[in-house]
Amino acid sequence: MAILDVKNLEKHFGSTRVLNDISFSLEKGNALAIIGASGSGKTTLLRCLNFLEIPNQGVISVKDEVIFDAAARGRVSEREIRRRRLHFGLVFQSFNLFPQYTALGNVCLAGKLLAQERPDFQANKKEIFAEIEEKGRSLLAQMGLSDRAEHFPHQLSGGQQQRVAIARALALEPDILCFDEPTSALDPELTGEVLRVIRSLAEKETTMIIVTHEMAFARDVADQVIFMEGGYILEQGPAKEVIGNPKEERTKQFLARYREDA
Amino acid sequence: MSTFSQQLPIVLHSLNAGFLQTLRLFGITLAGAIPLGLVICLGCMTRFKPLTAVLRAVIWIVRGTPLMIQLLIIYYFPGIVLGNAFWGSGERGRFIAASVAFIVNYACYFAEIYRGGIQSIPVGQDEAGMVLGMTKSQIFFKVKLLQMVKRIVPPMSNEIITLVKDTSLSRIIALQEIIWAGQSFMKGHQGISGVIWPLFFTAIYYLVFTGILTIVLGAIEKKLNFFR
Repeated sequence: MAILDVKNLEKHFGSTRVLNDISFSLEKGNALAIIGASGSGKTTLLRCLNFLEIPNQGVISVKDEVIFDAAARGRVSEREIRRRRLHFGLVFQSFNLFPQYTALGNVCLAGKLLAQERPDFQANKKEIFAEIEEKGRSLLAQMGLSDRAEHFPHQLSGGQQQRVAIARALALEPDILCFDEPTSALDPELTGEVLRVIRSLAEKETTMIIVTHEMAFARDVADQVIFMEGGYILEQGPAKEVIGNPKEERTKQFLARYREDA
Repeated sequence: MSTFSQQLPIVLHSLNAGFLQTLRLFGITLAGAIPLGLVICLGCMTRFKPLTAVLRAVIWIVRGTPLMIQLLIIYYFPGIVLGNAFWGSGERGRFIAASVAFIVNYACYFAEIYRGGIQSIPVGQDEAGMVLGMTKSQIFFKVKLLQMVKRIVPPMSNEIITLVKDTSLSRIIALQEIIWAGQSFMKGHQGISGVIWPLFFTAIYYLVFTGILTIVLGAIEKKLNFFR
C-alpha cells in the first residue's frame, strides 16, 4: 500500500506553470529523491505537499486519506489544515531554526505547543513536558548532538544547525519527512555529516522525499528517483536505473553534466 | 538683589518641580505610544485597504508636520474654533492636551519602527512554524515577537532619547515643565528676575536623564544578545 499518492498535481503562479500533471506514489519506508535543474519545480512540489503552496489542480492522499483535493471547493478550517500538515515534516535548505531557542528548545517547541491541546494537559503538564524533552534529547543524541542541546543556533556550525532542524522535524513523528536541498547551503566539508544522518534515517526505513543535487547520494540512498524538467516529471523509477541507466535523452544530458563535475 | 547661593535652593526647587512634570509627560507618552503604535502598525498591515489608506494618511500628516504645530492645534482648536475648551484651562488641561499630542505623534513613529521590525524577519520563520503545525498566533508570540523586539531596540532607543528633549516643546502651551520653570526666573519668579542661568541649568537635567536612559537601554540591548 502506498503511503503517499499524488495525482495530476498542477500549480501555476499567474500565467507561469510551475508544476504540470505531477503523479507519483511512495511506499512506506522508501526514500524518494527528486532531481532536476534549478527552476524545474522540485521545491514547489515539496512546498505543495507541506501546504506552503496550494496546488491549482490535483489530489494528494496520505495513508488512503485524501488530504488535498483541488476539486473539493469546501473551505477547510485552519485547525484541520494544521492536522493534515503534520503528516509531513519539512527540512529547509536554510535550516530556519528559531534563533532565540536552544537546540533542545527548537526540537521541543512545537511538541509543547501541540500538547496544550491535549485534554489531560493541565493535569499532567509537568510529565508531558518532561516526556517531550526526553524525546528531544534522544533525537539530538541520534543526530550526534548530545553535547549541543543547550547551544543556541548561532553557536552551531551549519551542519550542526541542519541536524538540529532534522531532529525538530522528526520530533512530531511525521509519516513522510521532506528535505528541500538539505546540503545546498553548507560548505562542502559540512555536507557529509548531514548526508550521513539522512542515510541512517533511510536505513531505519524512514519514509522520505529528498530534493537534492547530490547525485551519488540519491543513487545510493533513494529507492525511487524522479527527474523533473520544466514542471513535468520526465522520468521516474528505481534509483539505480534512473541515475545509472537513464532512458530519456534529457535525463542523460542532465546526469552527464554532473559526471563532468565529479 | 540676593546672591547666587541664596537663589540656588529656590531655583533648584522650582526646576525639580518642572522636571517632575517633564518626567510625567515622558512616562505617559511611552505608556500610550508603545501600544498605540502596535495597533497602528498592525492596522497598516491588514489587507483591508480603506483602513490602511486612512492610517497611512494619518502617519503622513503626523510625521510631516512639526510637533509644535500639533500641540498648538490640539490645545487651542477645541476652545477657539469649536467654542468648547474641553481640555480645561489649568495645568491639568494643558497636561492632558500635551499627552494626547505626544502619544499620537510618537505612536506614528513607533508604528513605522515596528513595521520595519516585523518585515525584517525572514519568511522562513513563518514557514518553519507552519510546517510544525503552529497556529498564526503561536508563530507571532512564540517565534517572531522576541526577534522583532531585538531588532527594534536600537531604533526605539533613539526615539526614546529624542522624546526626553521633545517634551520641552510643550512649553509652547505653557505646560509647567522644566524649560518653563527655568524661563520663569528671567521674567521674575519668587523674587528672582532677570537671570538666565537657571535656564542653562535645565540642560544638566536632560543630560543626566538621557545618560541614565542610555545605560538602561544599552543593558536591554545587551540582554537580548543571547541570540542572533
